[in-house]
Amino acid sequence: MKDLPLVVLLASVLATAAPLIIAALGETITEKAGVINLSLDGSLLLAAMLAFVTSYETGSLLLGFGVGALTGGAIALLVGIFGIYLGQLQVAVGFALTLMCRDLAYFLGNPYSRLQGPQLLAWKIPLLGDIPVLGPLLFQQPLVVHLGLLLIPLSWWYLYRTGRGLELRAVGENPQAAYTRGIDPRRKQLLYTLAGGLLVGIAGAAFSLGIKPGWGRPQGIEGIGWIALAIVIFGGWHPVKVALGALLFAFLQVVGISLQGIWPGVPAQVFQVAPFPLMILALLLVNLLQRQGIKQWLERRPALALLLHQVQGAPPRALGRSFHPD
Amino acid sequence: MNRLREHLTDGLLILAIVVSFTWLLLLLVGAVPQHAFGHLLAGSFGSWSKFARVLNVWIPLTLCSLGLLYAFRAGLWNIGVEGQMVLGAIAATGVLRLGTESLYPQGYLVLAVVAGMGCGGLWALLSGWLKTRGGVHEIFAGLGLNFVALGLVLWLIFGPWKRAGIASMSGTQPFPADLWFPGLEGWRVSPFALALVICTILATVWMLNHSRFGLRLKAVGHNPKAVQLYGVAPNRYLLYAILISGALAGLAGSLQVSDIYHRLIPSISSGYGYLGLLVVMLANFRLLPIPFIALFFSALNVGSIQLPMMMQLDSSLSGVIQGACVMSALLVFGLRRRKQSSQR
Repeated sequence: MKDLPLVVLLASVLATAAPLIIAALGETITEKAGVINLSLDGSLLLAAMLAFVTSYETGSLLLGFGVGALTGGAIALLVGIFGIYLGQLQVAVGFALTLMCRDLAYFLGNPYSRLQGPQLLAWKIPLLGDIPVLGPLLFQQPLVVHLGLLLIPLSWWYLYRTGRGLELRAVGENPQAAYTRGIDPRRKQLLYTLAGGLLVGIAGAAFSLGIKPGWGRPQGIEGIGWIALAIVIFGGWHPVKVALGALLFAFLQVVGISLQGIWPGVPAQVFQVAPFPLMILALLLVNLLQRQGIKQWLERRPALALLLHQVQGAPPRALGRSFHPD
Repeated sequence: MNRLREHLTDGLLILAIVVSFTWLLLLLVGAVPQHAFGHLLAGSFGSWSKFARVLNVWIPLTLCSLGLLYAFRAGLWNIGVEGQMVLGAIAATGVLRLGTESLYPQGYLVLAVVAGMGCGGLWALLSGWLKTRGGVHEIFAGLGLNFVALGLVLWLIFGPWKRAGIASMSGTQPFPADLWFPGLEGWRVSPFALALVICTILATVWMLNHSRFGLRLKAVGHNPKAVQLYGVAPNRYLLYAILISGALAGLAGSLQVSDIYHRLIPSISSGYGYLGLLVVMLANFRLLPIPFIALFFSALNVGSIQLPMMMQLDSSLSGVIQGACVMSALLVFGLRRRKQSSQR
């Protein structure tokens, strides 16, 4: 390893962040359409377990990823149907599902604990992989890293540059208005809840088949789903900022492991807590910046105002409230 | 009579869905369902000592669920009970650490419980304030503070409160026996803790269903704009509700420390805060079923401990059954509401 330690560090940040980016972008799409899928933590675990078991039994990674995606999609569909069509609180359904799916994953995955299974290895792309610095950073990574990075511009483009993306956002901001324009908000919301869930499922598979290979109790990704939810808020429901948030968290995690050498008294779990106060702060900021007094105070400080304007983002207005067409 | 019949049908329907789902699940993993159900039953109600264990889970679970009910009445989703319980446990541990080798251990015990309730309540008030003053939704505030509380407890166990020589996941130095929550000779569950819970249940029945406070809380939960016309400040009632909610969770946390573990451990809350949310949801946010559902859930938790040894099954089956109960309840209640609204 003649590479600069910095390059190695950044490469491992990218790899750690990839599944988190995929899951957080999935949730961003769902929430932009006005549905909150609180089941992420359990979904990731169940998808990770089923993906691992599928690959282990069949030897096919592709099949594993497929089953993982379908698992995430199926759970999201439950959130959608219960929340949108049965009129139950979306958060209630998501919360019950997150606990249930976690335990279901432990229960069904028990016989497959601590087994060596197929694993998605880093793939060195010919030629590109030999470029100094960029090569090890981008072109000697498992494919999920490329998927995660590709999803960032793709989801941004879909949300903000296509007609369907406009409809998606309309349904999340003002379903009543969208309805009068001939869009069926409930069908759209169900569709994007499913789409987000598929991505969450892929993220789960990315953990058990690549980034944290294998299965066990604990799997080591407990709490990641909650972190992904926090990052969506921290990123102000904007795909690029959400991805940056995921990268920041992954950076903290990787650096946190090295920091343990400096502060041996502080367990690594303490660093994992970091996204949550940031999430609360981000939400607080959204609200405070709308206050008259603070607006005036900021007008005299244009540099700070510009910075705060960059970090803040308001939630979709209809988030979490189901639409009734009457 | 009609209402009763409705509740009964709903209950039986939920039970039927859960039993068939669990039955299929057990067949899927190649287990004999009757045996698994048998072990669950024997492991929880099979002997006095097992039932005492069930009651030891029932105590904190019921306290958390009752607390949640206050918040739900005011329309608040206090998902932060988990963290509020942890803060209660931390405060109790802090007081009991001071009381080591003191001449008045009873005084410190009382103080520990009071401090636990106070800190749990304040931690809840923090998410209350974030909601009323900062416009942060209580679900995200509560969730965030849960993880902060978890970080705090880990830091304390591995940092300032670590055992001499070894800092480990096994927790802090156990307290001397005179600082344990009082029990009775031969009783595996403290009758005083049980009495405390029963008093809390009775007080909650009165507070929520028979007092002016409960009526106002309900009004705030249903229509915060309208109550202002009657001179009730909705935000003040939201804060009262979440304060009580947190105080009861803090009480549960202080009992976990002083009565069950006799020290602070990383998983001191045992997930009872989150489980309490499921209890209240399954009770359809009503008070009377709560103690019984909490008992059922506690029995599942304790009964499932046997499963790994007796049947090589993971003990998380209890969580699956609990989750299935809530999901089928949401389904049944949702379908009933749909039917009723289409009839109208």
